[in-house]
Amino acid sequence: MCPSSPVSIDTCYVKRQAMADAGAPAVSQHNKPVKNSWWHNNQQSMTPWLFLAPGILFFLFYVIFPIYQSFSLSFYSWDGLGEAEYVGAYNYEELYWDDAFYTSLRNNLIWLVMYLFAIPAGLFIALFLNQTVTGIRLYKSLFFFPFVISQVVVGLVFTWFYDPTFGLLNYILGGVGIPPINVLGDENFVTYGIIVAGLWPQTAYCMILYLTGLNAVDPEQIEAGRLDGAKGLRMLWHIIIPQLRPATFIAFVVTIIGALRSFDLISVMTNGGPYGESRVLSFYMFEVALSEYGFRMGYGASIAVVLFLIMLVFIAYFLWSMYQEEKAR
Amino acid sequence: MFPTPIERTSRSWQISYQTLLPLALILWLLPLIAVAIFSFKPASDFANANYWGWPSSFEGFTNYALVFTGSDMPQYLLNSVFITVPTVIGAVALSCMTGFALGVYKFKANIWIFFMFVAGNFVPFQILMVPVRDLTLQMGLYNTITGLVLFHIAFQTGFCTLFMRNFIRALPFELIEAARVEGVAEWRIFWYIVLPLMKPAIAALSVLIFTFIWNDYFWAVVLTQGVESQPVTAGITSFNAQYRAAYHLMSAGSIVAALPPVAMFFLMQKHFIAGLTLGAVK
Repeated sequence: MCPSSPVSIDTCYVKRQAMADAGAPAVSQHNKPVKNSWWHNNQQSMTPWLFLAPGILFFLFYVIFPIYQSFSLSFYSWDGLGEAEYVGAYNYEELYWDDAFYTSLRNNLIWLVMYLFAIPAGLFIALFLNQTVTGIRLYKSLFFFPFVISQVVVGLVFTWFYDPTFGLLNYILGGVGIPPINVLGDENFVTYGIIVAGLWPQTAYCMILYLTGLNAVDPEQIEAGRLDGAKGLRMLWHIIIPQLRPATFIAFVVTIIGALRSFDLISVMTNGGPYGESRVLSFYMFEVALSEYGFRMGYGASIAVVLFLIMLVFIAYFLWSMYQEEKAR
Repeated sequence: MFPTPIERTSRSWQISYQTLLPLALILWLLPLIAVAIFSFKPASDFANANYWGWPSSFEGFTNYALVFTGSDMPQYLLNSVFITVPTVIGAVALSCMTGFALGVYKFKANIWIFFMFVAGNFVPFQILMVPVRDLTLQMGLYNTITGLVLFHIAFQTGFCTLFMRNFIRALPFELIEAARVEGVAEWRIFWYIVLPLMKPAIAALSVLIFTFIWNDYFWAVVLTQGVESQPVTAGITSFNAQYRAAYHLMSAGSIVAALPPVAMFFLMQKHFIAGLTLGAVK
């Protein structure tokens, strides 16, 4: 098991050490009485379940079971306190006629599409920073900085940045002679304004994924490409980007999830306004179920179900890709 | 290396790159720099509409001191610590075990349990909101730190399991097989062989979860209400209500609220990035 080739000496040492720590019999087991208990025979098949039990129970209780509850709640009318009343598909029917629902749905779509811009933007910054000049490490950290800050603070920062009276944006725009824009007060700009705020940390996230990916790009292939006369964009497209596939996949996953989870920014920056124009499903659901607009838990649950079904399409795709990869191993 | 290393390019591009770098950084962090500048200004500058001019006096110390003495900010910060630290410990402990079970043992349900954790981790919060709030109310844990922590642990276990399981999969399996041949009990394999090898994963995951939980806002709003249990992300809105239009104080407050994860990031940068980019390279 431990061949004496110089390469494996290290692992063998680690192995022996670990085994000694684990209390393995050092020489042989011949003198040991043979255990024949139930536990001894079933140890291998039982152990994983014992290790899984606490995690699974917690997860079933707080995540899986509530999903089921929300589904069933969406067929009830409930104010959160009294008796829930079964109303069949009424909540969904109301949803069908609800303009605010369509506004939210449309904004969700805008979020999804616009948010994907974080991926090329992140790649662009990663390419820009993938150098070895002095101090580049600090630059990379500082570029990554927005991701570490909470979305609440990002929201506040951008609210002030957009402010029509003192915001830096309008100060700069004024400098080049453009009249002030009230980004968050204008129903045409508001969603885009919030998305830009969201793109800021999201781009940083994609950037760090690509920086790591670029580190692992095979230098020989680049040299081979150079010899074949590939340069700049052609090199990027045909040699680099295919090798960045795993990073792109993760960037795609986290960006989609991030786009559909958008809540903090909207809540902090506009609270859904003006006139509910910046709502998305996640925010509208919260508003319906828990804010001063009334405690309509059943109706909120039906909105959540719609959001869940949208997300499910992506979840299914992610799981399918992961499954393909597992099989390939 | 791509793009071409700067040392191998023309002198003029080298110089432009070196000047572009700081400019790009300033542009990138501009909204944040603006807030930082605000936090050093005196109140009178805002009254006189001197927003972007030179501060008439440097009041950074007064502003930040007021954040700590003139509001509930210290309590909110403390709450955040009491929410974040137990969550990190709980979620990492649970996922070390689930990750071990799913990463080492081959059994039929393995992949499905794994997918349950992964899928649950991607679910929108809103589908959980009403039932989880109700559960928490029924257990008498609404508006308590415990209620928030328990939910966070459960939910984060999804992501943590994904992370731990993939990490354990990449460990040398012969080590475990060899131990089994030697007759080492399974739990001892976990405790003495696998766990020590998981140290880097534990470090990376702890930093990540710390940041995620510290920055959580949604569940703080759904499951807690007052100054006795709300974390700083939710507290900052009350703080801003207290100091409405006092931009110098709101800026200072925001920076204080944002600082702990930032400090965590700069202290544990290597682990943080290793955690975030696990799987970005094959």
